[in-house]
Amino acid sequence: MNIRHILTKEILYRWRNFALGLFAVTVAVGSLTGALTLLKVHEFQTQKILNEKEEETEKKMAILKDEMRKATLKLSFNLLILPEEQSIRDLHMNGCPSEYMPEEYVTRLAESGIVLVRHFLPTLQQKIKWPEKKRTITLVGARGEVPNLHKDPRKPLVEPVPPGTIVLGYGLHHSLGLQVGDKVKLLGREFTVHKCYEERGSKDDFTAWIHLRAAQELLKKEGMINAILALECLCAQVEDLLPKVRNEIEQILPGTQVIEKGTKALARAEARARVGQEAKAAVEREKQHRDEMRSERELFAAILVPLVMVACAMWIGLLGFNNVRDRKTEIAIQRAMGFRARQIMFLFLSKFLIMGLLGGAIGIFAGLVFGRWLGIAMEGDIVGIAAGTLFDPGQLLLALITAPVLTVISGWIPAMIAAQQDPAVVLREK
Amino acid sequence: MRCIVLKVENITKIYHTPNKQVRAIDEVSLHVDSGEFVVVEGPSGSGKSTLLLTAGSLLTPDEGLILIDGKNPYALSSNKRAKFRAEKIGFVFQQFHLIPYLSVLENILTPSILTKGENTHEDAMQLIGRFGLTERVHHVLAELSTGERQRTALARAFINSPNLILADEPTGNLDRENAKIVIESLAEFANTGGSVFLVTHDTSAAKYATRTLHLENGRMRND
Repeated sequence: MNIRHILTKEILYRWRNFALGLFAVTVAVGSLTGALTLLKVHEFQTQKILNEKEEETEKKMAILKDEMRKATLKLSFNLLILPEEQSIRDLHMNGCPSEYMPEEYVTRLAESGIVLVRHFLPTLQQKIKWPEKKRTITLVGARGEVPNLHKDPRKPLVEPVPPGTIVLGYGLHHSLGLQVGDKVKLLGREFTVHKCYEERGSKDDFTAWIHLRAAQELLKKEGMINAILALECLCAQVEDLLPKVRNEIEQILPGTQVIEKGTKALARAEARARVGQEAKAAVEREKQHRDEMRSERELFAAILVPLVMVACAMWIGLLGFNNVRDRKTEIAIQRAMGFRARQIMFLFLSKFLIMGLLGGAIGIFAGLVFGRWLGIAMEGDIVGIAAGTLFDPGQLLLALITAPVLTVISGWIPAMIAAQQDPAVVLREK
Repeated sequence: MRCIVLKVENITKIYHTPNKQVRAIDEVSLHVDSGEFVVVEGPSGSGKSTLLLTAGSLLTPDEGLILIDGKNPYALSSNKRAKFRAEKIGFVFQQFHLIPYLSVLENILTPSILTKGENTHEDAMQLIGRFGLTERVHHVLAELSTGERQRTALARAFINSPNLILADEPTGNLDRENAKIVIESLAEFANTGGSVFLVTHDTSAAKYATRTLHLENGRMRND
């Protein structure tokens, strides 16, 4: 028989009072743990969303870059290498070059080790009359891209036109009613329609593409071309691009000239960079939004949690006063028997301490479960966030310290009143 | 050889109410020797309980001196006075004042927590047997009859083998048979060298007393 025995018996006897106190501690610690868990769930969730967004942005950027490369090609090429004697005026007036240079130039260029150009597309272009269809068209002979042998190989920007086939611009196949797979004669030779382009709103709509070899034979220009399109000139330092490329090409191919097609390329490079910047800005905005939301929630928790804790502390204090009132005679007789004030204090404060420790442990568990549940309700699916990651030993320690401190502080005044109670007054009244 | 266990010398206790002052006991003097059973009789409101509480070192008198075994408990610190009380005094009250959630055995053993006496469990079992509570050892307050409650309270008062038992109307709530058991137990305690100081308005206790005193309006009446 000792004081601890009396303590245990009293808790069991007035279990409702103890349970109510325990509930208050559980609510207080639960709200603290729950708020911290909820903030953690939110952080995990938003981080996950951010990561997904960043990953998605990167993927989109990669696709966009590829599409931009192709878009650049569709509209025009970055640089055009022409014979030196080609008049630029005639080129713009006629829509295609009128001078020729050896096809071997492109091989020389590819093998030269030029560093500023990735692909070369040799073409033979000529405005002709299509006698079979009674149309004037631009005929382009292309043999597909010749890769720079000194650069990393990349996916070709332009698919080569297979021998024996023809690719038609919109204006041609639309007006002639031709479809892919149809047979068509050009300058006496039969071709199969390989591709029909969508409307581009340019001279491409009235252009027909065939294999370079066929074009050379039909135009009687064997071994000759009249333009080399230099693709994917490195655009990182566009302002210095042309002089460098021109200088490099002139050294490799004397007797040629280089025309800049870079204005649009530059615009697109800028657009591409802007898209990238916009994507990054979107991620940044998301981060900022997350930080703002977190601040709001932290502020909310910073107000709500202390309020709940104060309310619970008051509730525990009231329960303590109630307990002292119920045990008035019991305390008086104990004092009469010789219990010291500190032993009475011990009886009360131990009870509050047990209440705090037990309530703290339950509160942590309840807070974790409730916080996670609320997290799911507020954030949606939180699959991938293991329950274990939400459990923080520091948080456990904080709650385990906070709870007993809260209960002991709340119960201190009632315990003091009990210890200071004058037994004579109570016993005389009884 | 008899010695004075309780000496009350000219004590006065005044209660202060908002409107007036009440002299609950007024210059009362008495003594209880070892082996004596002193009964103080008096009507309700005569100051009996105040006298008992004052004598029991629970209520500081405004004037006068209390000596228990030659020591003035009011000269001791609160903690030392509590210890002194646990060792020297046993209390019995009309309302029993048992702790409701403890069993008969636990209630009897409660004062022994404070003195850490040896063989207390055996002593408690002996008292339980003596007061006919063997069948009620593990019963709590709600499961006891009035007589069993008071016998438990009596056993609790005896457990630390005090020098002095202070009893306030111990038979007030009991039937004749249980009242007799209680009074005879107290008388037996006095016969074995203990001192009993009992306050009551019931005159039947007087026949067991070695001395009977009368209190009226806070003053001892000289008969």
